[in-house]
Amino acid sequence: MRTRYIDAEIIKNTIKDLCIQANTILRPDVLEAIKELYRRESDGFAKNMLGALIQNADIARRDELALCQDTGMVTVFITVGGDVFIRGGNITEAVNEGVAAAYEEGHFRKSVVADPLLRGNTGTNTPAIVHIDVIGGDKLMIAVMPKGFGSENKSRTIMLNPTAGSDEIVEFCVETVKLAGPDACPPYVLGVGLGGTMEQCASLAKKALLRPLNIASSKPHLAELEDRIKKKVNELKIGVMGLGGASTVLAAVVETTPTHIAGLPMAVNLSCHALRSASAVI
Amino acid sequence: MKKINTPLMENVIADLKAGDEVLLSGVIFTARDQAHLKLCELIGQNEDLPVNIAGQVIYYCGPTPSADRVIGSCGPTTSSRMDPFTPPLLKKGVKGMIGKGRRSSGARDAIVREKAIYFAAPAGAGAYLNGKVTSCEVVAFPDLGPEAMHKLTVKDFPLIVVIDAFGNDIYARFN
Repeated sequence: MRTRYIDAEIIKNTIKDLCIQANTILRPDVLEAIKELYRRESDGFAKNMLGALIQNADIARRDELALCQDTGMVTVFITVGGDVFIRGGNITEAVNEGVAAAYEEGHFRKSVVADPLLRGNTGTNTPAIVHIDVIGGDKLMIAVMPKGFGSENKSRTIMLNPTAGSDEIVEFCVETVKLAGPDACPPYVLGVGLGGTMEQCASLAKKALLRPLNIASSKPHLAELEDRIKKKVNELKIGVMGLGGASTVLAAVVETTPTHIAGLPMAVNLSCHALRSASAVI
Repeated sequence: MKKINTPLMENVIADLKAGDEVLLSGVIFTARDQAHLKLCELIGQNEDLPVNIAGQVIYYCGPTPSADRVIGSCGPTTSSRMDPFTPPLLKKGVKGMIGKGRRSSGARDAIVREKAIYFAAPAGAGAYLNGKVTSCEVVAFPDLGPEAMHKLTVKDFPLIVVIDAFGNDIYARFN
């Protein structure tokens, strides 16, 4: 076993670059999904709105403007190999410094308050929410997801019975989108977590949103479930700006994890069409 | 596509129907959660407001800042959070609101009662809308940072009428 040293400064700078990228360059798979919708949509206001979203992505990239003014609260998923030793700081500090630097340099909105009741702005868009998993090896993998709260506010959890089947799972997804209606900027992406404990499940639902939209689950029973959820939710016919039309949901992404014999925790983390994330391996 | 200007005259408002697409030019004022809370507190205490909102259009928006442009990314935020504060603001003379998503029946009733109007701006297209803003200055509650009230001048700001002055609502099918 050999220790691999990584400077905290490298982590900070990587986080900074990823946050700026995520906020200004729309993920290629998301942009492609919107372009596909645009091609399929019949002429009218809904098609014009989809056209505006495609223009928005172009303008954001060209002018280094935020894709959406809600540059969100940042969630960071880190997987670090046990052979890695961080020098000159700790991971969490490095992450927060990187986020603060990105939001200053990128002129992004400072949307984080220190106390949920007192509501004083932290002025730095930190703290970020940091999830760290330690595995074997010597790699450090980072994914950042700045997520706005329009969609976050419509996300939901439920503790299903262990005997619950896919019908209940699909139903909860449909209900979640029905409650959101046109309010959280459809077309949506659904991140679905199944299993774990209450908090693990919720974080898994958000992590699910990292997967490219054109990649189905590698597990056949989940790929089928993703398809069923997408079909059923699209029957709501909410559409872009709630104007009806070809699509309410761009994709449903399901991730699972081991859980207790007495339960089936479920979480739906709803994303708007401006699904933003960026990742790197150090 | 109708072109309309602020201040919105009552006859212009009366001519607009839910579902109409319009291009708005003129002055609008941003205000979201905390500014609405403060404005309604002042109204409740019979105090003067820092901005004369009578006849004006409120835009539910907390923009990103910018070093070299008048404003950064500036799309709408979810309107329903401002529903509880809407009746007193409309009573105080606000004539138009721009945001995204549904309104409550209370907000809709106030719109009809006060002959106001509610528009949606393209949602999640803050960089695209940046190009429609020609000036921006903070005019109230600067301590609120992005939640401060900004006076914006806009040119051909694309909107759709969601709720007209007669209570027609393009999102009625979701209720």
